[in-house]
Amino acid sequence: MNIFVCVKQVPDTETKIVPTSDGQFIETASIKWIMNPYDEFAVEQSLLIKQANPAANVTVVRVGSVKDTEALRTAMAMGADDAILVEAQDNLDSYSIAKALKGAIDKSGKKPDLILTGKQAIDDDALQVPQILAQMLNLPSVAVVVGFELNGTTVTAKREVEGGALEVYQLATPCVIAANKGLNTPRYASLPGIMKAKKKPMTQFSLADVGVSDSDRRVKYSQFRLPPEKPAGKKFDATDAAKQKDVVAQVVGLLRTEAKVI
Amino acid sequence: MDFSLSSDQAQIKDLALKFAKNEMIPLAAKYDEEGTFPKEIFKKAWELGLINTCIPADFGGTGFSSVDSVIISEQLAYGCMGMNTAFMANDLALLPIVIGGSEDQKKRFLTPFTADFKIASFCLTEPGNGSDAAGIKTSVKDAGDHWILSGEKMWITNAGYADLFVVYATVDSQLKHQGICALVVEAKSLGIELGKKEDKMGHRSSDTRSIKFNQVKVPKENMLGQVGDGWKIAMATLDHSRPLVASSALGGAQRALDLSLQYAKERTQFGQPLAKHQAIQFMLAEMGMKVEAARLLVYKAAWLCDQGQKNTEIASYAKAFAADSCMQITTDAVQIYGGYGYSKEYPVEKLMRDAKLIQIYEGTSQIQRLVMARELLK
Repeated sequence: MNIFVCVKQVPDTETKIVPTSDGQFIETASIKWIMNPYDEFAVEQSLLIKQANPAANVTVVRVGSVKDTEALRTAMAMGADDAILVEAQDNLDSYSIAKALKGAIDKSGKKPDLILTGKQAIDDDALQVPQILAQMLNLPSVAVVVGFELNGTTVTAKREVEGGALEVYQLATPCVIAANKGLNTPRYASLPGIMKAKKKPMTQFSLADVGVSDSDRRVKYSQFRLPPEKPAGKKFDATDAAKQKDVVAQVVGLLRTEAKVI
Repeated sequence: MDFSLSSDQAQIKDLALKFAKNEMIPLAAKYDEEGTFPKEIFKKAWELGLINTCIPADFGGTGFSSVDSVIISEQLAYGCMGMNTAFMANDLALLPIVIGGSEDQKKRFLTPFTADFKIASFCLTEPGNGSDAAGIKTSVKDAGDHWILSGEKMWITNAGYADLFVVYATVDSQLKHQGICALVVEAKSLGIELGKKEDKMGHRSSDTRSIKFNQVKVPKENMLGQVGDGWKIAMATLDHSRPLVASSALGGAQRALDLSLQYAKERTQFGQPLAKHQAIQFMLAEMGMKVEAARLLVYKAAWLCDQGQKNTEIASYAKAFAADSCMQITTDAVQIYGGYGYSKEYPVEKLMRDAKLIQIYEGTSQIQRLVMARELLK
């Protein structure tokens, strides 16, 4: 059984994000990279399946820069068997990433039985790659999954919908499953695991190797900038009953003219 | 010269810090208040390979260097200095076996600690002697096919939970250093009597007791080295363990600094954050300077160990400077927090209580200065 887990490397949640001076991306030199937290649930699920099916092989795939391979190393330290890295700049759009992932899986020579991903990456929050990838591979997919069971070639996946309700799907493998928080509790990469991971194979492809070119870009970024700083809030004193009418009028006026919310 | 961590070390640090933040910090105040021994957390850390880092790879250990060990210990102390005392006590007890044990002893005593979660205690101090370690009264007598161990030890970390004790005793107290032996005593041996758990100011989650050895039979093959080798083994152990203990002070100091920085940005007085007031800025600057200087000393003391060079002088600098700095920094953290800092609702008063012990155990700050002066005047 071949399981592929697609992971993204994202800035640590405590990172102070600074746009580059040309506004084309963010400064990456001093960023501490981590595995996208939602992808950790996907990795953990693959390892739980592997525990139940020792013959299963878990391959982690990532598209991104080679400077730091933190996410792939962490996944292998947690227990994944091998890794594929598609070398690319870190600001590709969702379509190019999905196409590169498909290309890497095709090129691996292993026929996928299951593809796991996180439901979204916490950097661009696009929530697109799992669905585009499934479409390109022509496979069924379920996203925002909080419950997973595998019986032979049948996957039962529970996904969260509005109002806390759950939808339950049955799919046949191969399929694409995008994990949400709550699916499981990701294990730590143990120190012996970290040491073992160094000896695990990591295959490297270029974008050209996996059939992706500049013309695949669907989204062009015009500018990266920080959101404007929030101005300080205004306080209104309405303790004096006689003046309350005026204060209310003033607040309503400002909500109309300044905040423009009513 | 290279001050950066290797990529392995960076990964080790990340894991240990993640563990400290996720598993230790959320429970530190509760365990402190209740004086609960952190057995489950201890075991979880062991499962991840964060415990017993001194055991060489030949005996199933991770084979980490001293620098790796202090990196781990610093992060775990960041989570809780008290819990880290319990964790470190294993290394302190196993180091004499690593340093002075035969192949057979290492196989018999170290390997079980890598196969299963086990706890160990280092027994040197006695009710009548702390800093004067050579004045040991606990006696060991040759009874033909075994040793007979008698005496009382004091302030023994992990005593109530230990599977194994490494005990220092003398064949003749008149011989002073020359009479001291190191023995490995299994907790199941007959004649071991545990005292009550000490009610301490800080490090309240670590289990500290007195322990009596009443005519305890110890197999002949459990003595580390020869009769009289004990002192040498104890001193070599301290050269290895001082950087480790110093790293605990460093982790606590770093936590106090991080909490102070965070609070100084959040708390407003006189219409602006505390961090805008120069009086507070100077305190923060002092903290940062001391943390960084302590880190350089601690890492250097551990690095010398790894190079096989004598580190007695630097290790004493590291231990005393890190412990004294930790005391100052945690005290200032309480000052920055003001009234809130003095309350148990906030985490800094615990840091201040925990810091105090590191100036006392494993050689007081005064003993360290004696060692420094002795080394300088050689």
